[in-house]
Amino acid sequence: MPKLTIDELRKMRESAKKEIYLREGEFKGKVIVHMGTCGIAAGARAIMSAFLDEIDNRGITDIMFTSTGCAGLCSEEPMVTIEMEGSAPVRYGKLTPDKAKRIFDDHIINGDVVKEFVVGIGSERVG
Amino acid sequence: MAKKKRIEVMACAGTGCVSGGAFQIIDALEKELTAHGLIDEISIVPTGCNGFCGQGPLMVVIPDNIFYGWLTLDAIPHLVEEHFLKGRPVQKLMFTPPEEKEPFPLLSDIPFFRKQLLVVLRNKGIIDPEKIEDYVARDGYTALEKVLSSMPPDTVIGEISKSGLRGRGGAGFPTGTKWEIARKQEKTPRYLIANCDEGDPGAYMDRSVLESDPHSVIEGMSIAAYAIGSSDGFIYVRSEYPLAIERMKTALSQAREYGLLGSSILDSGFDFDIEIREGSGAFVCGEETSLIHSIEGDIPEPRQRPPFPAQSGLWGCPTVINNVETLANVPVIITRGSEWYSNIGTETSKGTKIFSLVGKINNTGLIEVPMGINLRDVVYEIGGGIPNGKEFKAVQTGGPSGGCIPASMLDSPIDYESLVEAGSMMGSGGMIVMDEDTCVVDVSKFFIQFTNDESCGKCVACRDGSEALLEVLDRIAGGEGREGDVEFLEELGAAVKDASMCGLGQTLPNPVLSTLNYFRDEYEAHVNEKRCPALVCRDMIQYYIDPDKCVGCLKCLKNCPTEAIMGELKYVHIIEQDKCSKCGQCLEECPPKISAVIKVTGNDMDSLEQLTEIVACAERKN
Repeated sequence: MPKLTIDELRKMRESAKKEIYLREGEFKGKVIVHMGTCGIAAGARAIMSAFLDEIDNRGITDIMFTSTGCAGLCSEEPMVTIEMEGSAPVRYGKLTPDKAKRIFDDHIINGDVVKEFVVGIGSERVG
Repeated sequence: MAKKKRIEVMACAGTGCVSGGAFQIIDALEKELTAHGLIDEISIVPTGCNGFCGQGPLMVVIPDNIFYGWLTLDAIPHLVEEHFLKGRPVQKLMFTPPEEKEPFPLLSDIPFFRKQLLVVLRNKGIIDPEKIEDYVARDGYTALEKVLSSMPPDTVIGEISKSGLRGRGGAGFPTGTKWEIARKQEKTPRYLIANCDEGDPGAYMDRSVLESDPHSVIEGMSIAAYAIGSSDGFIYVRSEYPLAIERMKTALSQAREYGLLGSSILDSGFDFDIEIREGSGAFVCGEETSLIHSIEGDIPEPRQRPPFPAQSGLWGCPTVINNVETLANVPVIITRGSEWYSNIGTETSKGTKIFSLVGKINNTGLIEVPMGINLRDVVYEIGGGIPNGKEFKAVQTGGPSGGCIPASMLDSPIDYESLVEAGSMMGSGGMIVMDEDTCVVDVSKFFIQFTNDESCGKCVACRDGSEALLEVLDRIAGGEGREGDVEFLEELGAAVKDASMCGLGQTLPNPVLSTLNYFRDEYEAHVNEKRCPALVCRDMIQYYIDPDKCVGCLKCLKNCPTEAIMGELKYVHIIEQDKCSKCGQCLEECPPKISAVIKVTGNDMDSLEQLTEIVACAERKN
């Protein structure tokens, strides 16, 4: 490794920041993949991979990924819930990797909910 | 480029967690993640000390920010399957405070973390200390960049002076002033030393800084060296800190590789490099003139000041010695500005302070708080109060050089002046919490024993003074205290303070003097009534079994290491006092519902002795 100049150090900082973005905790949206036994059996892992590939390819650092258990609607699996800052959570069902890519483009990037895949909008009430 | 991760597991690998098996847990986690095919999307990041040491081994799962503590190897397979595969965080591994039923899943909700303000420890638990890229990503080396490209040395010193930063080693000398004195000396070369000879029992602030964020110390040192015009730096660290030394060595070689140390750093023409010097753990080496002698290869004894090291130090050259924590503050002050920094804290004490919170406290760990926070917040909010419903008695700050602060002063702020006013001192940041079961005579004895062992012996006041203090304290604790002993401690303590040459001797009577000030009645009870009110001093206590409560279950009898308990099943047990070693095992064995074993002191011992004899006769008659 040659000795750095100030400009090179700054470049190194920019690329290093991308590596640790998860730790900074600044996200404008959250993708929750339902990974209960039913979800996994219906192919939730492939959906997860599809989303991960998308953020990888586009170098996106402000979307957080998390997984959760069964949402109680096993017939609609695999499902994901997408929570974008300032709007109600949207739940999509019966997903395929292709559908996942479209949701990523339309909803996460452009902010348009993909109505035809939606299972529900908003959260269940907790009584 | 490696694939993006969806989860990062920040696994604490500070000394505390490592001794609890953190590396084995990391290995098991890696194995388990591989087995489930998750290793490509989840990364494990070993970090420095997270701070919540009482919960170790521990980890934080990012980005959800879920905190898991008290991890065991057995818990890992379940954790991986539930949380990482199925997305169901595991409740039973989360932190639950002693009085609560529901756990706190998120790190940010745990009261221990909530009241802290991280300046020095800004990167703890967030970066891998062995990766320079992680430090750089967190705006590391921006301060060095700024200094080398746009700030002349005098401006740097002015900025540090304006920030109000004072030495974190204990004495609180203004850092900017120290740098200025050194810069003004004509003699060259000038040297810079980072003091990491952390010797207070129970204190580990500097170790944690080196372990969790070594580059912040390197950057702080580089800026200090630039400001005073030095190109040679030393890190003086005790060899008892192997992990800190190893991580610092790694960090130094990375910095050299990138040209952040060495000649013409960042093409600026400024040369600077750092050597590690390992000390062998003598307490006196934390004193700056002794430390200098140690680096020079001489016997580490202090010398008279002035001249101060900033005027004439290492090999007779101007030398700035700053504490590790002081130096780790420097990059932040430069990046964020002196005005921002001086808004934190009190009128005379700016910024934050790291403390290691230990002793009789629910949340043991390393904390960073703004100066001026009161002790009550530290003990009850961050520390979570005293375990087992016991009463708070005092908090000891400043280690062997400090003193005890009683419950009546819990609302006083933590800053340099208030602590001195209370008869203690800031010290390097050890904070030992004591509950009602702590005897102040015993505590004083412990600290004087320590300083007596560690006194270098150069001056009489310290060498013989500590010996004499210890002799009297031993006598008092042993039930042989004489009239006038308490007054003698006071007089001798004051003399040792006045007549000693270095900080070790000048402060060693503080634990005695401060407890005499606040708990004089306890000393007097020891001397006049041969009574230890906290039931600690062995020569003044006895264990008894209350015959009305004893059910004769044999538990204490079987577990007594000296076979001092006689009795039979369903017959009242009796302790034979001449065989009893006063270890207290019987008290622990007796089931809480029965609570027949009691500890007594003073006059109670005589009355109970008679009672036991009567009972003993009665039982035998049956």
